[in-house]
Amino acid sequence: MQLTDIMPLLQEGTVDTLRMVLISTALGYLVGLPLGVLLTITSKEGITPHPIMYRILDLIINITRSVPFLILLILIQPMTKLIVGKSYGTTATIVPLTVAASPLIARMVESSLKEVDRGVIEAAQSLGASHTTIVCKVLIPEARTSLLVGVTIALGTILGYSAMAGIIGGGGLGDIAIRYGYYRYETGVMIITVVILVLLMQILQWLGMLISGKVDRRRV
Amino acid sequence: MAVIELEQVNKTYSGGNGDVHALKNVSLSVEEGEIFGVIGLSGAGKSTLVRCINLLERPESGQIRIEGREIRSLSERELRLERQNIAMIFQQFNLLMQRTVLDNVCFPLEIAGLRKKEARKQALVYLKTVGLEDKAKAYPVQLSGGQQQRVAIARALASHPRIILCDEATSALDPQTTKNILELLRKVNREYHISIVIITHEMRVITEICDRVAVLHHGKVAEIGPVEEVFTNPKTKVARRLLLIRESEALEDEITENEEQAETSHTKEHESKSLRVIEGGAHAAN
Repeated sequence: MQLTDIMPLLQEGTVDTLRMVLISTALGYLVGLPLGVLLTITSKEGITPHPIMYRILDLIINITRSVPFLILLILIQPMTKLIVGKSYGTTATIVPLTVAASPLIARMVESSLKEVDRGVIEAAQSLGASHTTIVCKVLIPEARTSLLVGVTIALGTILGYSAMAGIIGGGGLGDIAIRYGYYRYETGVMIITVVILVLLMQILQWLGMLISGKVDRRRV
Repeated sequence: MAVIELEQVNKTYSGGNGDVHALKNVSLSVEEGEIFGVIGLSGAGKSTLVRCINLLERPESGQIRIEGREIRSLSERELRLERQNIAMIFQQFNLLMQRTVLDNVCFPLEIAGLRKKEARKQALVYLKTVGLEDKAKAYPVQLSGGQQQRVAIARALASHPRIILCDEATSALDPQTTKNILELLRKVNREYHISIVIITHEMRVITEICDRVAVLHHGKVAEIGPVEEVFTNPKTKVARRLLLIRESEALEDEITENEEQAETSHTKEHESKSLRVIEGGAHAAN
């Protein structure tokens, strides 16, 4: 197979991969960010401790996180079918990716928010700030550098997962690597897809660090 | 009229090594317009006491009245409104590190529901009061400890409080900066008629600006009265011990002053060094 033949294929694969990764990470934050906030504020040291709620969320997140992604992929296929209409292709893969991303993101958000200085939160409380104000104007903005590092890690992890989804025809670069590289013994194609994946990871990491550094005002 | 009245307040912390009775039947009142000091050795319960006044800590029993109103029975919402009346400044300043100085002062105004533009306009006035209008666009990390505490005072003023609580507000500052901050607090007290409660372990703070003082020892009020009275005729051991501490503090100040005269050119360096030490301490505390 000539390089010119697979170029359009690789291009399409890269776009598909990016689409899957970006959409599922975004959806993951839609679920994971509120969960992470809830975990933080309901914990024992949080602004509104709620042991029962905390324990339930904690348990759900631990369970979903302990299922290996490959198993999760297969396990929730019926649900994927129900939502998307089919269980293969890039759009379908967004479902398991989001399910895997959400608890991971919740944990990372929790750990970022917990870094916020207790004294600053106390200062906000002493000024009469509501819980919503403390979350929106203290916790999240003060933790923004750490939160953005979290986004970078989440994107990287989901990128890895998305390639794994190739095994069940998940679309994108991982799919190409498995179909051409593994099933058809086209090692060249496999190597190229891996190189593209490495490059994507590098770019994400570099961008993430650049942005999180730029928004940090704690450095002179 | 008393702005703050504590009556038979008790607070216990349950920890791994049994319960710690931090406050035992503490009763005291702070009169309108006065600067009231609470002094004690470390572990006397000072911080707990001040945190009970705005209910950052909830006591098990006793009454806490702010301008005659019992606040322990208030709902969450009512308490939040009441807290806008009672500002607080802290040992570690506790500014929002990702906000500019001006936006830090805006924060209580945002809580009160003001629009950003109006909040900024008002905040600038308070920054002028504390002499930092030229630092409006700076971030807290770019300021010295004394300047950060000034921002914290401007932030406290922005909520139009009737009371300011100071929790070891000068303990992280050197003697000269402490003096400046205390002068500013006195100015605030006089010009805005704000009653001030100062918690400290430093005698110089008490003698410098407080009208009355309570000596706290093992969670109990050991002595209470006008500062001169308490310390010219101390009735308890702990008050006598605090007097000794004052003497050593005075000696320390004298030495620092002599040193500073000898090397005035190094003051700037000294300040930035002590700031780094403070920051280091803050990180360690985290």
